[in-house]
Amino acid sequence: MTPSSSIAAPGAVPGHEAHDDHGHHPSYLTDGTTVKSWLLTVDHKRIGIMYMVWVLLFFLVGGIFALLIRIELLTPGPTIMDAMTYNRVFTLHGVVMIFLFMIPAIPSIFGNFLLPLMLGAKDVAFPRLNLLSLYVYLAGAGFALWGMLNGGLDTGWTFYTPYSAHTTTTVAPVLFGAFIIGFSSILTGMNFIVTTHTMRAPGITWFKMPLMVWALYATSCIQVLATPVIGLLLLLVTAENLFSLGMFDVARGGDPVLFQHLFWFYSHPAVYIMVLPAFGVMSEIVSAFSRKNIFGYRAVAYSSLGIAFVGFFAWGHHMFVSGQSTFNAGVFGVLTMLVGVFTAIKVFNWVGTVYKGAVEFSTPFAYFCGFLFFTVFGGMTGIAVGTVSLDVPWHDTYFVVAHFHFIMVGATIMAFLAALHYWFPKMFGKMYHEGWGLVSAAFIILGFNATFIPQFLVGNAGMPRRYYEYPERFQALNVASTAGASLLAFGFIIIAVYLTYALIYGERVDNPWHSKGYEWLTMSPPPTHNFIGPQPTYPEEPHFYVDPKKAEGEVSDV
Amino acid sequence: MSSAHVTPGSVPGPKLAAHFASLEVQKHAARLGMWLFLATEILLFAGLFACYAAYRFLFPEAWAASSRSLDLTMGTINTVVLITSSFTAAMAVHYAKEGKNAMVGHMNVLTLLMAVGFLVIKFFEYKHKFHIGTLPGRYYFYEGIQLPGAPLYFTVYFASTALHALHVVIGMTVLAFATVRAYRVGDFNANNYTQVELGSMYWHLVDLVWIFLFPMLYLV
Repeated sequence: MTPSSSIAAPGAVPGHEAHDDHGHHPSYLTDGTTVKSWLLTVDHKRIGIMYMVWVLLFFLVGGIFALLIRIELLTPGPTIMDAMTYNRVFTLHGVVMIFLFMIPAIPSIFGNFLLPLMLGAKDVAFPRLNLLSLYVYLAGAGFALWGMLNGGLDTGWTFYTPYSAHTTTTVAPVLFGAFIIGFSSILTGMNFIVTTHTMRAPGITWFKMPLMVWALYATSCIQVLATPVIGLLLLLVTAENLFSLGMFDVARGGDPVLFQHLFWFYSHPAVYIMVLPAFGVMSEIVSAFSRKNIFGYRAVAYSSLGIAFVGFFAWGHHMFVSGQSTFNAGVFGVLTMLVGVFTAIKVFNWVGTVYKGAVEFSTPFAYFCGFLFFTVFGGMTGIAVGTVSLDVPWHDTYFVVAHFHFIMVGATIMAFLAALHYWFPKMFGKMYHEGWGLVSAAFIILGFNATFIPQFLVGNAGMPRRYYEYPERFQALNVASTAGASLLAFGFIIIAVYLTYALIYGERVDNPWHSKGYEWLTMSPPPTHNFIGPQPTYPEEPHFYVDPKKAEGEVSDV
Repeated sequence: MSSAHVTPGSVPGPKLAAHFASLEVQKHAARLGMWLFLATEILLFAGLFACYAAYRFLFPEAWAASSRSLDLTMGTINTVVLITSSFTAAMAVHYAKEGKNAMVGHMNVLTLLMAVGFLVIKFFEYKHKFHIGTLPGRYYFYEGIQLPGAPLYFTVYFASTALHALHVVIGMTVLAFATVRAYRVGDFNANNYTQVELGSMYWHLVDLVWIFLFPMLYLV
């Protein structure tokens, strides 16, 4: 182990200003209060907060679209909108939620905020690139929103050709917006990989990194390697739609299935861009709230990389009925199940961490419980739809919709909310009302089950996805689903109210959880350069609550 | 932020951004970032190569016939030009390490001239295709090849060469910045050559992509 502060290569002295004076150090929130000091900041924490504002705004937009869908499906016939509007609404729900909310949600908000803190660094490797990625994201979002306001598109978020090349709705700006957002994702991913490689503080070896960092690292690898492919594809379809370039033009021999292959080559790994950071968040939380070292650290770390790797070779399970060979389908089916193996490794290790822990059942842990249930349930149905023979009847029914919402909403949103509650004191130095936190968690977990369990049933009964009308006999389940969605929305409103209240009137706290995560070693909210004084060293593993040797009684004399 | 900290000593070094542990780490970070970026570029073209492979498998005759219609001489000249420009780009890094800033500038100017040459030749090839009608998709009106799949070949041809040409232009911009700095400021030396190196890496990628495109498109 390196003794403290002996690393000093020339120039390693941390910020000259932070040396001898033990005076007042403003937090990053108050260090500069002008609008310009926020908009042009290169501080990773401020960039994370700005991401949070925008991502939450787009979550609201996507959520409103979701509620519109559910209201429309209350009755078998037309309810509040015509069929064309409905097509646009479910497309925009998907586009907004996936490209503007899910993909940037945890990496760009919490990853930006926490990665340098967890590595003992003052900032990410390329701070200006980091700021650029925010504005690239906003530029892409601007394009996409402009397209939505000017008519929107009705292709579904999958943009399948040939329809997307021929529809008269506003496809091009939305696709181009998604293309631009892809650059933002690539920039963030590159930044995180380089940061993890080069910015670790003395003492933080690869296997002493917090598991959140491992998860972000695996996510970044996917972002860097998969996003360019969909970038190219979106460009090709935009060109097809605007200029009839002909790459997927069936009349001239173009192959729409090729489009699907390229699309899912990105969009399947993209699921792991959404869910791997969620796994990382949960690894942190389960350890902090069980007051126990994480069980099976290396297994959890490696399984993140395993999911990232196998995730690249599973895309064909979206295309079991698109006319690929049965051999292909079988191979993709088996590879899909490997993802389940890696996920199960994580789940067992989390449960092993809770086992005999001193559990503190506060809001983040409540979300962890919900998350565990949704991940297992969503994962198991994933194995089911990954089985070719079972997928054929379930394909394009509400069963699939319910399955991917269990993973993408169930797992990712639970983790997003858990992260928001766990790190809220870290970000703002304020504490929210714990009782309301638990109440809203109950609303959200119950509301979520009430929304999507009926969709499993209605899908299994044969209701196809994306349909505007349905037979009478599906109505009861659809009403149940809509009722659940209202509960879910109510839960979010409660959260918005008490967190806003806490932001202003919340009690000042520093580390309310007594967490031993690396990010809690500095004050809350952190100062601008994260640490005061010389660079800290990290002799212990993250979340080192119990020395296993002492606990086992093997070492009597210290 | 980026409160500059110039390493004391006789050789003027690059600025050390305050969040890096040392200058070594900073250089390593820049290089690693560039390698990752190049990986994304390769994946970008890989998508097009996948389209190429699928359609060539579906339409082998049209692919062979369409490939014959390209001007092999111009393609070969362009390949030689681009590979030579990669050599001068590498020489620029070599001179930057030795601190010979004038030579860095000269080498980059040579590279840029060859890049312009490449684009001019490409322009004449495009012009010819617009003239005879070997164009993508529905714009195709060439009488010479009536095989199914021929318009697709030219979709792939134009998509990949245009995307490559765009990368040539981006690479030229990057090299132009290093050139101006070499002539005006002249502070490249053994300690400080990252900018030239990264520009040169990017240029090698542009070259490498062409080395794949040339046999795929011209030598089927």
